Amino acid sequence: MPLTDSLRDDILASVPSLRAFAISLSGNGDRADDLVQETLLRALANIDSFQPGSNLPAWLFTILRNLFRSDYRKRRREVEDADGSYAKTLKTQPAQNAHLEFEEFRAALEKLPQDQREALILVGASGFSYEDAAAICGCAVGTIKSRVNRARSKLSALLYVDGADDFGPDETVRAVIGGSGG
Amino acid sequence: MKDVKSQAGRSAVPGKQGGLNAEIQSRIGHQLRAMYDDVVRQGVPDRFADLIRKLDASDDNPQLGNTGEIKNDGRE
Repeated sequence: MPLTDSLRDDILASVPSLRAFAISLSGNGDRADDLVQETLLRALANIDSFQPGSNLPAWLFTILRNLFRSDYRKRRREVEDADGSYAKTLKTQPAQNAHLEFEEFRAALEKLPQDQREALILVGASGFSYEDAAAICGCAVGTIKSRVNRARSKLSALLYVDGADDFGPDETVRAVIGGSGG
Repeated sequence: MKDVKSQAGRSAVPGKQGGLNAEIQSRIGHQLRAMYDDVVRQGVPDRFADLIRKLDASDDNPQLGNTGEIKNDGRE
């Protein structure tokens, strides 16, 4: 469809959540904004392929997600390095205040496999249905569900089970929750 | 009845939430949204509003590279 005023406004209105998605995916604000810019350029260049009445945010998220993935392959080493050094600075420090907890959460999120991270963000933060998230990621609904579940398990392990690389026995989780309640 | 222990020791339990504590789940959900909404609340940076305006203005013009001038008004 042609770029009408209202479509343009809708695209602009999607920018804040596109940025949030990009930052959550990349963990890097500058790179995220470049991704958003590239997404907007692509979207406008291909606006004719947008189906009127279909889900505009989902369409834009799909573009951004695909850009990120092609970009990610090129930069994987860089990302892993950044992740490694970042994680190291956090490892010895328990979450003592909200800010630190926030940083720790972000670091944990970056440790998730990309498939799981994007599924969790789309469903848990962007508010897409499993169906929309599946369409954005080009996979089955069941796949998204299982990725989201695995992402949650892994985050639990990283954040709330001390020192565990894998998700440990339930007893450990209960002990952590029960023991550090106060 | 399945014992909870039968699920323990596996890194990912298919199908179910794998005995994950509901409180942990809600905390994760809360943190995820807090992080996300923090960015959403920043709104639309000028950079992107300008970009859309420029692209819109140069709609008939395939050359998008010239950021300096917008030949919209005064030309048909």
